[in-house]
Order: sequence, then C-alpha cells, then structure tokens
Amino acid sequence: MNTSHIASRRNFLKQALSGAAVLSTGSGTKLLADVEQRPAQAKLRVVVAHDALLRSAGSTVDSQRILALLDRAMQSLYDRDRPLEAWRKLVRPGELVGVKVNTLGGRGISSNPQLVAAICERLQQAGIKAGDIVVWDRDTDELERAGFHVAEGGNRVQCYGTDRVDYEQDLVAYGSVGSRLSKILTQRSDVLINVPVLKDHDGAGVTIALKNMYGVIHNPNKYHPNGCNPYVADLNMLPEIRTRMRLTICDATTAMYEGGPAFKPEHSWECNSLLVSQDPVALDYTGWQIIERKRAEHGLKTLETEQRAPSYIATAADAQHRLGINDPRKISTVEI
Amino acid sequence: MVLDVEEGTSLGMSSERSLSGCGFNRRSFLKCALASGAALGVSEMAHPAAGMSAATEQQKQDDSRFIVEAKFYQKLPNRKIKCKLCPRECTVGDRERGYCGVRENRGGTYYTLVHSRVCAAHVDPVEKKPLFHYLPGSLAFSLATAGCNVNCKFCQNWDISQSRPEQLPAHYAPPQRVAQLAKQYACPTIAYTYSEPVVFSEYLMDTADAGHQAGIRSIVVSNGYMQEEALKAAYGKMDAVKIDLKAFSEKYYRDVVTGQLKPVLDTLVTLRKMGKWTEIVYLVLPGMNDGDAEFRGLAQWIKSNLGPDVPLHFTQFHPEYLLKNLPITPVPTLERAKAIADAEGLHYVYIGNVPGHPAQNTYCPKCRHMLVERAGFTANQMLIRKDGCCPFCRHPIPGIWHV
Ligand SMILES: [Zn+2]
Repeated sequence: MNTSHIASRRNFLKQALSGAAVLSTGSGTKLLADVEQRPAQAKLRVVVAHDALLRSAGSTVDSQRILALLDRAMQSLYDRDRPLEAWRKLVRPGELVGVKVNTLGGRGISSNPQLVAAICERLQQAGIKAGDIVVWDRDTDELERAGFHVAEGGNRVQCYGTDRVDYEQDLVAYGSVGSRLSKILTQRSDVLINVPVLKDHDGAGVTIALKNMYGVIHNPNKYHPNGCNPYVADLNMLPEIRTRMRLTICDATTAMYEGGPAFKPEHSWECNSLLVSQDPVALDYTGWQIIERKRAEHGLKTLETEQRAPSYIATAADAQHRLGINDPRKISTVEI
Repeated sequence: MVLDVEEGTSLGMSSERSLSGCGFNRRSFLKCALASGAALGVSEMAHPAAGMSAATEQQKQDDSRFIVEAKFYQKLPNRKIKCKLCPRECTVGDRERGYCGVRENRGGTYYTLVHSRVCAAHVDPVEKKPLFHYLPGSLAFSLATAGCNVNCKFCQNWDISQSRPEQLPAHYAPPQRVAQLAKQYACPTIAYTYSEPVVFSEYLMDTADAGHQAGIRSIVVSNGYMQEEALKAAYGKMDAVKIDLKAFSEKYYRDVVTGQLKPVLDTLVTLRKMGKWTEIVYLVLPGMNDGDAEFRGLAQWIKSNLGPDVPLHFTQFHPEYLLKNLPITPVPTLERAKAIADAEGLHYVYIGNVPGHPAQNTYCPKCRHMLVERAGFTANQMLIRKDGCCPFCRHPIPGIWHV
C-alpha cells in the first residue's frame, strides 16, 4: 500500500479500527480512537460507510447521496482518490458483470434499486457495456416486487430472475452441498458483485453476504438445518461461485435486527450505511456485530444466547474453507 | 420403459432403463416427462413444445390450480406455521417454504403447491416398486410430484426429488383423471412413487379416494419419514406400502439421508398395527451401511417388532448424485445380507436390482418350493393359490396375491 495515500486521506478515512474495536462501540462513537490507525490491505478491509442524511423527504433513499456514499466506500476500499479508479480496479471492459441482489424481503427489505442503479452507472463509466451487466436474483416476480424494472435484451442493463433462463442441468458439489447453479451465474457473469442486505435470520442467525448465495442454486430449502452450517460455507466453495466473486456491497440502508428473514417493520431500522469488502467472511462478521449492537440497544439477547449465532461464518474461515477472515483482530474495519 | 417416446412404444413391458426407484438421469427424465404427457394422454397436459422456460412461464399462470391448503400444520403467532407432516416440523415464516420446497406459507396459511402437479407418470410393473407380495405381474399407474423431505446423497431421482415444483415441467392431473387413466391403461393400482409421496400427501389422499371409487387400488413407495397422525390419515388409504429403510443407524440417517432413523422405525410399527401390507427395501451401499452387525440388528428388529413375514429386499446400489465415487454393491455383499437375515429367521428376504438372481423369487418358507418366479421386473410364474396358500404344502403365504 502506498502510505502517501493514507496520509493524504487521513481526513477521509475518519477512522481505521480493528474489528474488535468496532464490535464494542456504538454506531458512530469512537471509543478506541487512540488505537493505531493502520488501514490494512484492501483484502482484509471492511468499509462501513454511513450517511445520516441519506434519505430525502419521507424515507426514500436519495439517489445522489447513495451514489456519493458508494463512491466514498469504493475509494476507501481501494485507496483511490476518484471513484472510477476504484471501479477500474474491480472490472475490465468486456467482462460480463452479474449483480446478485436479494429481493426476498419485498419492498421492505431488499437490495435498494437506487443503490443498484448507482453501481450500474459506475460499472458503465468504468467501461462495462450496459448490456453486459445483469442485475439478478432467483425470481423475476420478486425482483419486480422489490422495485426493479425487468429488462431482457437490448443494449441496456439487464434485469431478470433465474426463472427466465433456468438452472444448469449438471450438478455441482462441495462437501454437504450438491446443487444446480443459475445459468445467469455460469453463463452471464464473469464477475460477481454480491449486493445482499443486512438482516436477522431466525434459522441462520444473520443473512448477509455468504448466505445470499442461496439465491444462485435450485435447492436452497435443503440447506437450512443446523443454522445453515456448514452449508453456507460449502456452497461458497463451489468454484463457479468462488472464482467469480470479487466484491460485496452490502446494502444496509435499511437493516433488521430481529424477526428475519421476512420483513418486519417493527424490527428494522434506517441504518443508512453500506458495508463494502472483498472478503465476504469479514463482511459477514462485521455485519453480525452491527446487528448484535442493535439487538443490545433494544434489550434483546445475543444470538449466541438465543442459540442461533451464525456459526457458518467461522466455518467459512476454517482451514477447510479459507473463504476469508473472521478474526476481529485481523479484520480492518474502516468507518467513514 | 412403458411410455418411452424414444422407443416409439406406447404401451408395453419395461425396458432396461427403468424409472421406478431406479435410475434415470436428467436427460432421460425430461424424455420421461414428455412421455408422461403421453401417459396422461390429454391435450391440456401435453408438454409445451417451447422448451423449459416457456413451460415455467405457462406454469406460473396456472399455478393456482395446483395450490391447496395443506392438511397437517399448526398456525403460530406472527403469521408463522409449524408443519406437522414430517418429523422435521419446519417452522415456516410468511412467504417461505419448508425443507421439502413444495409447501409454502402464504399469509399464515400453509399450502401444498403440488396438488395434481405431476412431473412424472408411467405405467410400471408393480415389481419395479418393488412390491413382491402384491398382485404379482400387475401394472401400476405410477406418478410423482416434485419434492422430498430428506436429501439422500445416493438419490437416483434427485432431478425431481430435490427440485421445486416451478423448476420442472409438470402436468395437471386431478385425482379423477388419474383414476380414469389407470383404468384406461389396465392398471389395477395407482402408485405414488419416484420422489417422496410424504410431501404430496393431500394429492395422494384425494387420488386414492378417487381410485377406490373407480375400483382402483393405491400403493405408496416412501421413506416413511412422517408424523403418526399424517401417516394414519394418508397411508391409511393405501392398499400396500413400501418403505425404504435406508440404514439401521442414526449416524447414517443424519449424515447420508439428512433425516432420522427412529421416526421411520416408528412408522413401520404403526403400519404393522394398522394391518397395512408393508414391504421393506434396504439399499446396500458399499462401506456405508453393509456391516454384519447392522444387517443382524436390522433383521432382529424386524422380527421382534414386525414379525418374520415382512418381505425385506436388499437392493444393489448404483453410483448416483453425490455418491458417484462409490462402487456398485458387490453381489456377494447382498448375499451376505440375505444370509444373515435368513439366519435370524425372516421368511422372505430378497435381493433386488440384480437381474436373474434366484433370490428374486418367492419360496415357500415351509416346503421351500418356488412359488413366484421373477425375471427382471416381470413375474413369469405365480403359483400361490386363491386362498393365499402354498399349493404344495398349504402354508399360508402373506400378501395380497389376487385381484
Ligand atoms: Zn409350501
């Protein structure tokens, strides 16, 4: 890493803390400001970007502000002064880019269409053709219900569900998982950008980046026993997923700390944040701690106490999987 | 295969590449699905020619006719439900599905999505199920919907059992239509099979009723992983039951089946108490469930809990799905299993999936005469008397032998 970059953006990177520090602090507080500010390599970094003024009148996310928030997050993650420099680190012209959203929660808690529009705008400015971008999830109707405009064909950003193209006929397997993969993943995505949401899950504990991959296979219902462990980790090991996965941009504009995965307005909050990382395990760990903090604020028991801590995160980091880092001492969480 | 369009036959006896509990890959399945359109034999069920995605679109528009409120569940607060169909007891939130993938909570009411939604239908010899003590040589109009409540790593039919209904081409086949078709194809029996009938219990119950009204019997091929109340209500309507007892160890059920052994044993005992004709199939996987102690424990449990007259079929495994690395079960392993079960005093122990093996035949346990001779999936000779007795020594041979 170029240290002059760090120095030049000292004001930009308001804080670089260890993961453990973030875990013990309230949102926006800086209890460990005296900890050495030492941004790690991009790969070990989780950027938590926040904008208290993200929403315009009502509670609608402002499209300009979400673009600006995304830019700040990407610049921070890639140590770049301009957003397009960051995006050009991520994708190359000619690549097919799949943007895997999560639309199971309807309008209440799905990947935000304005955020996804911002991602697609920057991808195009970074040299990706509109028609080479596909915003997708399992089901086209669910995409529409979540506020996405379905588009198939033509030179525009594509948006549809696997139901339109089916799953591959051949089975792929790793460990406990044997599944058929969406053809959107295998045939339409050289690169995968994972855009999950941040929410509680009654079985798995939390559902963030790793578990969002349940939406790329034909049989996700088979992998919910035992808190989805080791299924989530095994699934993310499939080479077709692992080799494509480049970045997670977790939409935490609205998040949910209890009652998931279905949308429960009474248990959701306007978190007005994005979590961005190349390491889905570190991102999941960080997101889990954000949810735990919110649960504590509301006087709820920890997920551990409720016997539904997301144990799959540790499995994803273990020696058999090595999908990322779950050790808070090694995760560099950057709050901006 | 009876309705194999590739062979150009419309109705005949089985070919090598059979369907029942046996293997068919996805390619052959799709062919079968097409053939099932022929089996169902009416234009509104014909498989759309436009390919799978078109079929999916079409299904979406017609989804409502497949959706019926589920029978076995309990409503919980916050629009959740608890499924009482199988021992998993899935707690399912609004707009979610259970483990089986074919039941969905919609606003706090639980629905089956597969009533009359047939993804495979064939006319099979009953020996293919296999049921050996049930109308030998007769045909069964056999059907399945998508879905299963376990996930066996050796599943031969994972294409349909591990899929959601909307992922498969399907045909609308309401119960009366099935009964009518069974009659049309000279099948005295409707068989619920291929995937896992537990998950389409409502359809099975309605179809059994329609069949009985038309003088057609019903049999089910099942894993028996079911709660007692549902079992009594659904399989109470069956004329015979075949249970796949996949191993005699909880560990195997947990690791290979993703289920539990105990509820399946409970099911067998309940079926016995109900007086339901039941046969047991045990698929032998090399190195996985083929120990002497396991075979002996199984045979002893059957003898003391169900009696010595329950037919037990040790069948040969062929590598499929997630266990393609295992070899085919050696015939001597199957013979060892049979020898152990015979020695424990079971009267009807068969070896299955091994064409031409003498242990496919039925012998009188008293005088040792051969009473039913089988070749492949056909019964060549059937000597058991109308009164169900051995013609040589008059020993009663348990089963349902004559229409
Ligand atoms: Zn005799």
